[in-house]
Amino acid sequence: MKLVTAVIKPHMLADVRAALEAFGVTGMTVTEASGYGRQKGHTEVYRGAEYEIDLVPKVRLEIVLDDADAVDAVDVVVKAAATGRIGDGKVWVTPVDTLVRVRTVERDDRAV
Amino acid sequence: MRLDSGSTAWMLVSASMVLVMTPGLAFFYGGMTRAKSVLNMIMMSFGAMGVVGVVYVLWGYSASFGPDVAGIVGNPFEHFGLAGLLPGPGDPNGLAQTLYAGVPALVVVAFQATFAIITVALISGSIADRTKFSTWLVFCAVWVSLCYFPLAHMVWGGGLLSAAGPLGSWFTGVAPIDFAGGTVVHIDAGVAGLVLALIVGRRHGYRRDPMRPHNLPLVMLGAALLWFGWFGFNAGSAAGANGSAGLAWMNTTAATCAAMLGWLLVERIRDGHATSLGAASGVVAGLVAITPAAGALSPAGSLALGAVAGGVCAVAIGLKWRLGFDDSLDVVGVHLVGGLVGTIGIGFLASDTGLLFGHGAGQLAVQTVVALAAMAISGGVTTVIGLALRALMGWRVAADHEAEGVDVVVHGEAAYDFAPAAASGLVASLQARTGAGGPRPEMRRIEEVQA
Repeated sequence: MKLVTAVIKPHMLADVRAALEAFGVTGMTVTEASGYGRQKGHTEVYRGAEYEIDLVPKVRLEIVLDDADAVDAVDVVVKAAATGRIGDGKVWVTPVDTLVRVRTVERDDRAV
Repeated sequence: MRLDSGSTAWMLVSASMVLVMTPGLAFFYGGMTRAKSVLNMIMMSFGAMGVVGVVYVLWGYSASFGPDVAGIVGNPFEHFGLAGLLPGPGDPNGLAQTLYAGVPALVVVAFQATFAIITVALISGSIADRTKFSTWLVFCAVWVSLCYFPLAHMVWGGGLLSAAGPLGSWFTGVAPIDFAGGTVVHIDAGVAGLVLALIVGRRHGYRRDPMRPHNLPLVMLGAALLWFGWFGFNAGSAAGANGSAGLAWMNTTAATCAAMLGWLLVERIRDGHATSLGAASGVVAGLVAITPAAGALSPAGSLALGAVAGGVCAVAIGLKWRLGFDDSLDVVGVHLVGGLVGTIGIGFLASDTGLLFGHGAGQLAVQTVVALAAMAISGGVTTVIGLALRALMGWRVAADHEAEGVDVVVHGEAAYDFAPAAASGLVASLQARTGAGGPRPEMRRIEEVQA
């Protein structure tokens, strides 16, 4: 099993979700996050005083999948989240040891 | 004297409108603070309403408009507790001692009380995020008594700075003009804000940590309430439902609209953006500037005054960054500078006496003297009060409390439920406190108590 984590632009969430659902993903966890990469943030001006806003709003998506699907899911996310501009985000995959569905106590592959 | 029911109705409405300016100011200021101290900011305005309202009934009106003592203050004992102003046998409307023709004396008191309240509340913006609430409340009572009431008496109550004083006979046909409070309210509060910002000191992290406004829609809402209430402030200062009130209303709108555009233009050129905070600030700057002048200018003159005020105040707010004092919400840049633009602008733009209309420099000289006198009085008195309170009570919350946020530490509240999961249960402090005998137990969760 793999955990696919994607940090993307908030306004791309709808597109990414739609693409993942078309791919067959049935559930995900979404968190509002803030962060920056090479693009850094932006500036805001209040009564003439300029502020550097370094951390920009992002959305973090987490999905647990079996190993084969994870590889494809990464491609699906990358394709759907890309605008071609800086700040599009990142996707990464990490191994998962144990998975339990709380309601049924099903474990691992049966809980994916 | 007969009751003028039309004017009385307008003055009652005006008083109510001016009262709502103070909660409006609370939102205007509250939105500009950080989220951790918005309640404290709002409470400084509400606290001013409580304290000044009580003081005004006791000795405030009497010290402002009671029998003259040396041209400086009214006798605070003459109408203590509003004695002598109430309706009685043979005077069913309480008109015997009134200052406004046909309007009951208590309605005049009501209208004037709301001015005292907002003037004190205006000062709070310069010491946001870091002030002890107790010291602030004491300051409200002392400052309004020793600074505001005397200045109100000197300018409006027949004292030294009024037409009855020496300035009234300096030039023929020229008397000092402060229609609704450019000196008494705005220069007064603006200088007091500057003095307190210096005495209280900068917030920790000033010019290092980000201190951007946390809720601009709240600022816009506050500005809107201020604008609405200001019609009572300016048009109500005509003291009746009449043509002068109509002129003041029109001038107030003209100046405010022009000031908003003036501020936005400066921002667009200087910073690259016309901002909502700039619009709200420009509105207030225009309202401030037209306040002393609302009865003396033409609407066209008001457009000019407002445009100048908006532009000048937008530039003036940069002053604190250069000079290094932490006037947190720009009481100086908006109220002192705007008050000066309006008060002195009368000397140029007054329809009947202004320099630009070929009436000589008499009015300009008189207005400048009045403005300087108001600055000196407010500066001197506020310095003494501010230093005395620093020695007696202290102005600042502890540094770590300031970092944590005044709301939670001073008021025991948080404005926004940012993390609902953080609250883990009710504390059984009530049962603990009322339990008979024994030491107070450790605070426990309610489930443990019920078990």
